[in-house]
Amino acid sequence: MRFQFKTRYEQDIDLFRDNVDRFWYGALAIALLAAPLLLHEFWIGELSYVFILAIAGVGLMILTGYTGLVSLGHAAFLGIGAYTHAVLLKMGLPLVVTVPAATLLTAIFGAMIGFPALRLTGVYLAIATLAFAFIVEQALSRWDSVTGGFAGFAVPKPEIFGITLTDTVPFYFVSLAFLVFSIWATLNVLRSPVGRAFVAIRDSEIAAQSMGVNLAAYKTLAFAMSAGLTGLAGTLFAHKISFLAPDAFNILLSIQLLLMVVVGGLGSIHGAIFGAIFVGALPQLIAILRDFLPGTIARQPGLEPGIFGTILVLFILFEPLGFYGRWRKIKLYFSLFPLYKRATFKRQKSYTKSERFR
Amino acid sequence: MNLLEAKDVAVQFGGIKAVDGVSFSVSEGKVFTIIGPNGAGKTTLFNLISRIYEPSHGALYYAGSEITNVAPHKVAALGIARTFQNIELFEHATVLQNLLLGRHAHRKSSLVSEILFTPSVRRMEVEHREKVEKVIDFLDLEHYRDSLIAGLPYGVRKVVELGRALCTEPKLLLLDEPSSGLNTEETEDMAFWIHDIKNDLGITVLMVEHDMALVSEVSDEVLALNYGRVIATGTPREVQEHPEVVKAYLGT
Repeated sequence: MRFQFKTRYEQDIDLFRDNVDRFWYGALAIALLAAPLLLHEFWIGELSYVFILAIAGVGLMILTGYTGLVSLGHAAFLGIGAYTHAVLLKMGLPLVVTVPAATLLTAIFGAMIGFPALRLTGVYLAIATLAFAFIVEQALSRWDSVTGGFAGFAVPKPEIFGITLTDTVPFYFVSLAFLVFSIWATLNVLRSPVGRAFVAIRDSEIAAQSMGVNLAAYKTLAFAMSAGLTGLAGTLFAHKISFLAPDAFNILLSIQLLLMVVVGGLGSIHGAIFGAIFVGALPQLIAILRDFLPGTIARQPGLEPGIFGTILVLFILFEPLGFYGRWRKIKLYFSLFPLYKRATFKRQKSYTKSERFR
Repeated sequence: MNLLEAKDVAVQFGGIKAVDGVSFSVSEGKVFTIIGPNGAGKTTLFNLISRIYEPSHGALYYAGSEITNVAPHKVAALGIARTFQNIELFEHATVLQNLLLGRHAHRKSSLVSEILFTPSVRRMEVEHREKVEKVIDFLDLEHYRDSLIAGLPYGVRKVVELGRALCTEPKLLLLDEPSSGLNTEETEDMAFWIHDIKNDLGITVLMVEHDMALVSEVSDEVLALNYGRVIATGTPREVQEHPEVVKAYLGT
């Protein structure tokens, strides 16, 4: 078992716990940088899709995993980001303008939906965000002059220094860079006072407030940051699907995003990444599964959402901490071997908690 | 000098007058205790002071200025910290993170600098940590520093909550039943800490408490409430012997 000996306060602040961590993340970085040399182009494309999902997942994790606010409308933020980016590109603006503009505009929309949502929690908030997602989907379909309506439009392919950024390998590196930036920025927020305020709101609003956390301001901020990151993912998503139409940003995508953070493990960045890998791989898995199912079931149009829903319910019932929770248990099992006790992660007795102030 | 003053404070929930025209003043550097039977309005009075409830009548003054209309999240920055009767800790965070949140009122960094985690943010984080470590040392919480709240026994949680309130560096500390759910030994520890908080840290304490031994041991002044009204004030001994108080607790 590894024991960490702490001698400085900074060790609790640093991003990497110790040199063992640094080694493994370094190895992962090298593997990801070398991937285009080793893997087939198809897999590189799939990996960039996973990166895009992961950016959106990190965004949703800030809101749902850390601040405790459920959103069923994140496809709308992805859509706003994608459309803003693509429309501005079509107007001939350079990437250095369109990407920040799309991120910022989505963040503003996030704050706007966050503000009326302040008084809602739990399932009511989920319904409010769901309604917002429908409004955005309708707006994208009807606002013909800008969005091209139902017909949609092809996303321009930007070039820098003669490299078309939407080609598989350059796009892979751009997505990877955006993902690394998103994770870094999110981790920075989480280790500073704002991130602690988010967690405080999740666990006890009343206590957070008495410690000086302005609930309205921080909930709005959580919405804005979450939406902003999702908008950033949207700019990449636009190129990934290369042709924007409103039906790409429907309720199913929102559910996929939520599935990602729940299945990955709420309240951890690892969870968002694991969830993205899972959701990215799921369509392939379902395609393989179809071959083994009787034809009448395999051809049902509702198969995919049905499977998504089932997985979501199963995880909430049996592994609320998701893949990341499972991963931690397996890790502990081996580090304590042969002394691991089944009861280690058994839910502790919870003490009566006051509901009066809610 | 009076640190906190309530003038004719009242609050109604529907037809129930939970607090009905209560006036009192807490002198600086003293331990002031509110006692009373269940439902007397003690916690409601606390929630009025920490601004969770709006008073329907009356005014509150803190350090000479009125706080009746201050937003609840601004109370901490004024130097008023509180604990809760039923423990309101951040369950899925470590003790250290809970205590660090107590430093929130002292946040000086901007959002942008935090996203970039600039050297100044890092420096401030270390400063916060140093302050938190002093509280950890004061309350003997070293052993639990990195444990999750969800796995801690009740007695320790109570201490962590006291620690979180101390991390805000308050001038006035509101303790809502600090000894409820604690065993005799833990209650004695609590009494020592309240003494030290008053004498060593110079913090004025306002508490609600049922344990009369603890009340007599640490309080300088006691106020007895019943049905939202003040029935007696004075030293612990005077209040305990007051006929109205005896009547309220034992009936006639």
